[in-house]
Amino acid sequence: MRKFLRPLINGILRENPILVLMIGLCPALAVSSAAVNGIYMGLAATFVLVGSNLIISIIRRIVPDQIRIPIFITVIATFVTIVDMVMHAYAPDMYSILGIFIPLIVVNCIILGRAEAFAYHNGIIDSIGDGIGMGLGFTFILVVLGGIRELLGNGTLFGFQVMPISYKPVLLMILPPGAFLTIGFLQAIQRYRGGKS
Amino acid sequence: MDERFYVSAPPHIKSRYDARYIMHQVIIALIPPTIAGIVIFGFRALLVILISILSSILWQRMVLSVKGEKRPLDGSEIVTGLLLALNLSPLVPWWIPVVGTFVAIVLAKELFGGLGFNIFNPALIARAFLLVSWPMEMTTWMFPSIGVSQATPLNGITQATPLTLLKLQHIYTPYINLFLGNRGGCIGETSVLALLIGAGYLFFRGVIDWKIPIPYIFTVGVLSLVFKQNPLFHIMAGGLILGAFFMATDYTTTPITKLGRIIFGISCGVITVLIRLFGGYPEGVSFSILFMNAMTPLLDRWTIPKPFGYRPLGRNI
Repeated sequence: MRKFLRPLINGILRENPILVLMIGLCPALAVSSAAVNGIYMGLAATFVLVGSNLIISIIRRIVPDQIRIPIFITVIATFVTIVDMVMHAYAPDMYSILGIFIPLIVVNCIILGRAEAFAYHNGIIDSIGDGIGMGLGFTFILVVLGGIRELLGNGTLFGFQVMPISYKPVLLMILPPGAFLTIGFLQAIQRYRGGKS
Repeated sequence: MDERFYVSAPPHIKSRYDARYIMHQVIIALIPPTIAGIVIFGFRALLVILISILSSILWQRMVLSVKGEKRPLDGSEIVTGLLLALNLSPLVPWWIPVVGTFVAIVLAKELFGGLGFNIFNPALIARAFLLVSWPMEMTTWMFPSIGVSQATPLNGITQATPLTLLKLQHIYTPYINLFLGNRGGCIGETSVLALLIGAGYLFFRGVIDWKIPIPYIFTVGVLSLVFKQNPLFHIMAGGLILGAFFMATDYTTTPITKLGRIIFGISCGVITVLIRLFGGYPEGVSFSILFMNAMTPLLDRWTIPKPFGYRPLGRNI
């Protein structure tokens, strides 16, 4: 059990992909204009991450070292295709919002990075734990990021009006600069907490 | 011990040109445009200026107390607050300058390390932030109150700026209105005469030199001619004079080498004209200066002066 939990908690807090490892920033910045987008994007990435970590961990002893990257990509692309088709069928609205960023999960650095750095060297249980932890860490930050931007930039949270009607939304927050500003603040808070403990 | 025998690393000669002195000179130079803005736009302009300066001082004090620093205010926050107010329409709601000075002081200046470490001009960052976030509030202009005769006692007729009028309706505002300031626009940008008085004072005091403002204004004039526009109109309309003399001459965010400063001015001019004639916004002064602020470290690196007689290593004759 500890073999499973250790990498899981590690991924959410101490090695959070966005705030600490600083990987996978591109989709995080692009789709985080609303909290709901963050949930869908994060869960899609989590599914791909767990699946690819599992498969790569199983086949790690028979994969030749020289061609491991193409093999990883093939595995990841399979899972991304599954997510892509399922989302297209069952959540067409969200599919049209997330658009190109679902297929682009194939080249997301979190997934290839964890395959290379973790699943290729660790057992099946650890790899699943790492996949869930990294995925949830990614989802968590996407939701926080999307929530802050949606609240300030649109006055809503998960689509519900939170701010009073007289509130004049800060348009900048749902534009790309708002994503950079917010992520900078979140990283600063993370560093501050890390520096104290 | 006498102060003259103070032993330390250089520089040994101390002048009165410290940050505080320069900030005070800039404040003095900004007095004519401020008065002109209040005369032209009336009580509302005064209110915007006061709110802006007071909130700016407040944010600065709060940042210092959070940081736990006990240094006195150096006057730069007054300059930032005043410059931001001069860059706002007199009709903005009261919270616009408060949010703006927060962005200027906290985000653009103190988070980068305080005065001397900021990459971008704080007042311009605040203006860009406000313009992108609240385009409606930021571009509701006011007709000058002295232009309204007693026969039409209306309060706050909105009127577009000369550049918007040119872009959307192809109307040229008369030169005399541009020069004296009897036109719509930001509080501090309308009166070219008052701005020139302030700029002249800064030249006279040696606070700013010609190497950025003059190439900047010259480039805008020449490029306007190239694109078959009226150069004099493009120089006097909009915020070019204010930007060129008071914002593009900020010590921290502009190059220090002579050639770098000239390139900075020319590039600002090119970008300004391109935005005005081909961009989505009617005015491009603030964005052009911000863009070139980002280029400043590169310009400084490319234009390091070559010492006399210098020869690159390993290339002996």
